[in-house]
Amino acid sequence: MVRRKKAAAAVVDSNGVIDNIAARRALPVWKRLGLHFGSYWELYLMLLPALCFIVLFAYVPMWGIQLAFREFVPSKGLSGGRWVGFQYFRQFFESPMFASTVWNTFKISIGTLVLGFIAPIFLALLINQIASVKFKGFIQTITYMPHFISTVVIVAMLNIFLTPGTGLLGRFFGKDNLMDNPNAIAPIYWLSEVWQHCGWNCIIYLAALSSVDVSLYEAAKIDGAGRLQLIRYVDLPTIMPTCVILLILNMGSVLNVGFEKVWLMQNAMNLPGSEVISTYTFKIGIQSFQFSYGTAIGLFNTFINFVFVVLANWISKRVSDTSIF
Amino acid sequence: MSMKTRNVPSNAGAKAVSLNGLDAAKMATTAPTIASVKNGKDGVPFNKHYHLQKSVPDWIVDIVIWLLLAIIVVIVIYPLWFILVASFSDQRLVSAGRVSVWPLGFTTAGYQRVFQDQRIWTGYWNTIVYSVLGTALNLVVTLPAAFALSRREVGKVRRVILFLFTFTMYFSGGLIPSYLLYKQLGLLNNMWVFILPGAVSVWNLIIARSFFETSIPEDMFDAAKLDGLSYGGYFMKIVIPLSSAIIAVIGLYYFVGHWNDYFTGLIYIRESGLEPLQNVLQSILLANQTNQLGTGAGGQSMLQQQQIADQIKYGVIIVSTLPLLIIYPFLQKYFDKGVMIGAVKG
Repeated sequence: MVRRKKAAAAVVDSNGVIDNIAARRALPVWKRLGLHFGSYWELYLMLLPALCFIVLFAYVPMWGIQLAFREFVPSKGLSGGRWVGFQYFRQFFESPMFASTVWNTFKISIGTLVLGFIAPIFLALLINQIASVKFKGFIQTITYMPHFISTVVIVAMLNIFLTPGTGLLGRFFGKDNLMDNPNAIAPIYWLSEVWQHCGWNCIIYLAALSSVDVSLYEAAKIDGAGRLQLIRYVDLPTIMPTCVILLILNMGSVLNVGFEKVWLMQNAMNLPGSEVISTYTFKIGIQSFQFSYGTAIGLFNTFINFVFVVLANWISKRVSDTSIF
Repeated sequence: MSMKTRNVPSNAGAKAVSLNGLDAAKMATTAPTIASVKNGKDGVPFNKHYHLQKSVPDWIVDIVIWLLLAIIVVIVIYPLWFILVASFSDQRLVSAGRVSVWPLGFTTAGYQRVFQDQRIWTGYWNTIVYSVLGTALNLVVTLPAAFALSRREVGKVRRVILFLFTFTMYFSGGLIPSYLLYKQLGLLNNMWVFILPGAVSVWNLIIARSFFETSIPEDMFDAAKLDGLSYGGYFMKIVIPLSSAIIAVIGLYYFVGHWNDYFTGLIYIRESGLEPLQNVLQSILLANQTNQLGTGAGGQSMLQQQQIADQIKYGVIIVSTLPLLIIYPFLQKYFDKGVMIGAVKG
């Protein structure tokens, strides 16, 4: 204590007031660290478990990425064997699966992106038009519901409904099963995604819409705006910034298709239209034990996604002054 | 009802009442119809005979909106309703397309077979264990970390650590390195693979952090500190009790994530005794392995077997999905808050 006072005494300014910050700066580094941890050790302790989990389960696998550039030797695990450079990447780029998996991934995700962007906005604008709070709540409850259904069940429902002849939808499509049609897989994926998540994704727009200043509606109505004009000139501009941000952020997942759903929708017949990068990685890596090749394909996908995220973030920063990092 | 004729969107409802009331009051001073002026709920005079005029186009728009919403609700709810109805119906009628709104030929045969199946019970039990333990660990790890990251005192360190967390949202080692790591850690064919690797979801961490930052006044901390509480005490005694909304929301997110997890079971589990519900469902619903449920019993035609299999599928879908659909309406009031916080600060 005496020594701290001494240090403090050194930084009394001209008015005779002790400058605590300057006093602290005057202390040696180890002492400042000690003081810092002395006051905040509890915060670090709270952070520690989460940090350990993240380092172990997110950063250690990142270290294992080098496997994409090395031969896999079972005894050496993550760090791999001989360095082979870009051999596995070349192998992937030259393989006949490259074009089709990338194209399928792109097709499935871009449709989901576009439909999944428009539908919730439309729904939110509609729901916002309901005056009765009870009824609004009812519609929200109903439309959120599918969000909680598991992918396995969703795909099972698709199979049931699309059964040719007897299914709820299948009976309208003749004798062929749509699930077996490689060209139909992408639209089925898009539409079922919209069906499942549209209600949930519109929450954010509803939240934005609830912040509209009521006087805007009043003013617009005095100026003779009808119902549609209120939507067009008040509601839509209000949620526009949210829309732009979400669109740009979603762009980051252009080459990112959820593994589970595609995997479950796949069958021998529709494979030409449903083999995406993530399922191909699984087949190569886990099922046929080509670990290095699988890692390379996975890394390719991660890298493309990452580039898109950074790009989207950069555009977002320019356009709307919002960014994620 | 005057609510309907006032063409103000619902969120404007409360204020619109008073505005309308003011108009009514003005009317009352100029027009002689004072008798019809009443006080509204908020004590503002309110004339129920006075409405904003609604033009013909507005009526048309109104009708179109209601029609569209009705169609959307039907599209969303009907498939679910159909599954429910079909699970209680005679499958011959279902496959003939005669079942539409109400069950025909009421039967619970499908459910009886579902409940007799040991695989489903094992899967159910496993999923409950994984979900409950997993969610508990998730909350125990995520909430304190989110709180620590919400404190501005740690300055630069906080930004670095936050970056470490968010970076993992956009970049990862990928499937194969994770698989090899889990293998080395002995997590293959081990129930902890469902619980440990997903202990922290960065997205939920950020949502919780934003909540702590924005919804708990800083004065609270100053007061607690004056009263002699440390960070730990402040977190346990003040922050947690004030954060039931966010705990409910991220707790539900985590729980649903565990409950619906199919990926982990597919990749890391080979032993059927450890399989969670979703993987059992997959083998019943998609790989069509309903034989063990008694469809293979002799003397049945292919068609009959198919019908029994369908009956089981409908039953399984209902049985597996019901718990979540029951929990969620109770937590719904918290959703808007949770999702919005995540969106604002994401």
